Amino acid sequence: MTFDERMQNVAIIGAAGKMGSGISLLLAQEMARLKNKPENKDKNYRLYLIDINLDHLAGLQQYLRAQLVKAGEKACVMLREMYKDRQDLVENQDCINQYVEDALSFIRTGTDLSIVKDSRVIFEAVLEKKDLKVDLLKKIDNFCGKDTLYLTNTSSIPINILNKEANLNGRIIGFHFYNPPAVQKLAELISADSTIQELKDFSMELAKRLSKKIVPSNDIAGFIGNGHFLRDGLYGLREAKKLAEDYSLPGGLYIINKISQDLLVRPMGIFQLIDYVGVDVFQSISETIDHYIQGEDLKDDLLKKMYDKKILGGQKSDGSQKDGFLKYDRNRPVGVYDIDKGEYKLFDPQGWSGELDKKLGEYPVGFYAWRNLVADPKKSDKLKTFFQNLKSSNTLGAKLALSYLQNSKEIGEKLVKSGVAKTAEDVNNVLLNGFYHLYGPINDYI
Amino acid sequence: MTKFRKKVYLAAGYNTISFGSGRKEFNPKKARPGIEQYITEAGRGSIVQISDPKNIDEGVISNFMAARFCKQGNLAGFIPEIDPALEYKPSTRVEGACGSGGLALVTSMKTVLSDLADSVLTIGVEVQNTVKAIYGADILAGAGHYASERKEGHAYFFPAKFSDRAGVYYQKFGYEPTRKGMALWYEQMIKNARKNPKAQEYHNAIEDLFGAGMTPPNPKTFVENLNIYDCSKVSDGASALIFASEEGLKKLGIDKKDAIEVVGYGQCEANLTKQPEDPTKLLTTQKAAEKAYQMTGLGPKDIGLLEVHDCFTITGILALEAAGFAEYGKGAAFVESGKTRFDGEIPTNPGGGLIGFGHYVGGTGVRQAVDCIHELTGKANGYQVKLNSNRPYAMMISMGGNDKTVTAMIFKKAE
Ligand SMILES: NC(=O)c1ccc[n+]([C@@H]2O[C@H](COP(=O)([O-])OP(=O)(O)OC[C@H]3O[C@@H](n4cnc5c(N)ncnc54)[C@H](O)[C@@H]3O)[C@@H](O)[C@H]2O)c1
Repeated sequence: MTFDERMQNVAIIGAAGKMGSGISLLLAQEMARLKNKPENKDKNYRLYLIDINLDHLAGLQQYLRAQLVKAGEKACVMLREMYKDRQDLVENQDCINQYVEDALSFIRTGTDLSIVKDSRVIFEAVLEKKDLKVDLLKKIDNFCGKDTLYLTNTSSIPINILNKEANLNGRIIGFHFYNPPAVQKLAELISADSTIQELKDFSMELAKRLSKKIVPSNDIAGFIGNGHFLRDGLYGLREAKKLAEDYSLPGGLYIINKISQDLLVRPMGIFQLIDYVGVDVFQSISETIDHYIQGEDLKDDLLKKMYDKKILGGQKSDGSQKDGFLKYDRNRPVGVYDIDKGEYKLFDPQGWSGELDKKLGEYPVGFYAWRNLVADPKKSDKLKTFFQNLKSSNTLGAKLALSYLQNSKEIGEKLVKSGVAKTAEDVNNVLLNGFYHLYGPINDYI
Repeated sequence: MTKFRKKVYLAAGYNTISFGSGRKEFNPKKARPGIEQYITEAGRGSIVQISDPKNIDEGVISNFMAARFCKQGNLAGFIPEIDPALEYKPSTRVEGACGSGGLALVTSMKTVLSDLADSVLTIGVEVQNTVKAIYGADILAGAGHYASERKEGHAYFFPAKFSDRAGVYYQKFGYEPTRKGMALWYEQMIKNARKNPKAQEYHNAIEDLFGAGMTPPNPKTFVENLNIYDCSKVSDGASALIFASEEGLKKLGIDKKDAIEVVGYGQCEANLTKQPEDPTKLLTTQKAAEKAYQMTGLGPKDIGLLEVHDCFTITGILALEAAGFAEYGKGAAFVESGKTRFDGEIPTNPGGGLIGFGHYVGGTGVRQAVDCIHELTGKANGYQVKLNSNRPYAMMISMGGNDKTVTAMIFKKAE
């Protein structure tokens, strides 16, 4: 079956979630494009969007409509070409409306799994729980054709395990989109040992159609992206706890978040990033990877405590940041959680946090915040100078930052050594494209 | 050609800010003034310069597509809103696409010449930021022939029309020199706009303007032969001025030193349903300019200030050729020679032109005349040019659609 034939009938399970909704949008766009090819005029298209949460499904429809309008507006030059034989579509507005209608017309939403029985490609994006995923995959494969292909968005569960436990005989692959899928250019592609060639080819073609940059990763829990992120985050937690002896735990968290943003020249501090991803998501990544990887402690008691206390971060439905390790006001951190007191300690530049800033010391000459470098064509030179100055600086901040960078580099190198990533370049590519770092962890700066 | 049977003057010019992307205070998500606010700001900006608005006899207002951009028609009805003294006075709305402003000028002028009025308040307005540019393109496409052109037309209809002209021009006269001329035009217009606090590009901080102007076009997301710097932006704004006879100036208490005189004009309309005969030429513009020269006995050598309709950089270059300033095929070289610069022999669009000042479509022709008033009477402040005494005349060319509705006017300082 060709790629285009398969794309006539597609399903997404967990479609109303963060990842599922973005994947739904991308597939709806690609299918609308296919449907409008002259040779496909008489073919029927179906995109089934399945989720158990009815409210979210309703929201999903609104989201898709709004996003399709935006996409149509951006791609109007292409749309006019696509609809050139439709004499009734004259203005841009006509073409954009038609495009949205075309895409929505083949979408069916629902909670009942069995409606996907004719789908030839199934995307799985439900919660990161192995048993749930296995259970759903098994159920679906019971009523779908035996040539159905499965693409899972799992962040950490080995594909081999899903393949074996759901009995899929190699008809599953890890197609790991980054969040938000419609925006992020990166996807990690993870084959199990038995993943069939047709599925690998299908995935490469899909990436091409969706303009995603593929980085291959080996099938080892966490893959490249979360393999690095988890260890990087756990390191941050441990460092914060060490600092707690001198500066209290909120103080330690504050310090590590600050240096991991400023002195590592990253878009966010490490605890802000964990909050952004969700403390619960991070916790579940930690448990999964810890479960599959021997000889390394990949859990953390503070993380578990936060999770148990339901201090979870993540986003509200309007996209704004919920409180987690940090407290937020309009998406900017304004305080840090004090787990012993069960309340947030607000930053106080005139008081305690200002004192800690002083302890960290002056930033070395040549310091630029991430946002000031991100579009700078000379950023490599500027980073080089800055990191050189960082190395010769003797402040507490510089020392903490250097060991953070060193640790991040070691994580990256270990990912290559243990065969998760084929090359250092793959590791760097994931961090550059999926996490918006300005430099890869494996570098000559340090 | 006949001469005017009496003298007609322009005075009391006023431009609002040309508002839209590029202005620091512009935020597409925030509420903005509506079309009525622009009309009243411009109208009041003009009438504060006269003794008493009750002495204004008539009103003329030009606009292109408020019916679609703002869901508003019957625009003449906003003239009494400017001042209660204008209630029940005759008012007329005119439309000629991007050349609407030029039609407002000739309509006002003819009204004064008819002896039925001694003075006319002339307004030009457009508010376009009510819709996204991609839908604005649909609306502006109405300046072409909907039935025969829109379906085959491009998503960005008018940029593509002039992109096509640019394409043929490149073939005939070379890509490199033409593109260079276009980039220099962009650079000159932005530099001029930076002198004019009301210009949309007043805050433009691009360091390498020429480099930006040289950006290769991207037909995938835009058009074949133009980049975004080649295009005037989407603008909200209005302009106003007063036309008056000798008698009218007296009644309004306007000193001659604050007025300019219409020396002559040329007005041409071309068949909307026809494609341009030669895409490398603005033939209607050429005819209108020739008429104006004929009526006045003047020529390009007499013009010391030029206002042309540079909706695109290529249009600026084609207009220089059509109006006889540059030889055919030499427009880009003419720009490169520096003659059109702010301190050049014939300062062109010193307030920034459509590229730099902005292009509130139906108001642009009026804006051009206001700038001629300001420059000739020494009121242009930051963008005041020094006029060459051998070239005491100013000329403006207002163009609508794909060189369809054109008005050329020649002015001099009133004596
Ligand atoms: N959030 C990220 O940054 C990110 C990035 C890459 C990959 N992932 C992975 O993507 C997957 C989804 O993550 P998410 O962040 O979108 O989670 P989410 O909680 O936003 O979405 C999960 C969705 O699955 C639905 N669901 C749960 N049980 C279901 C069932 N039995 N049948 C149908 N639908 C069901 C839920 O209602 C929810 O809408 C996970 O495997 C996660 O590891 C997440």
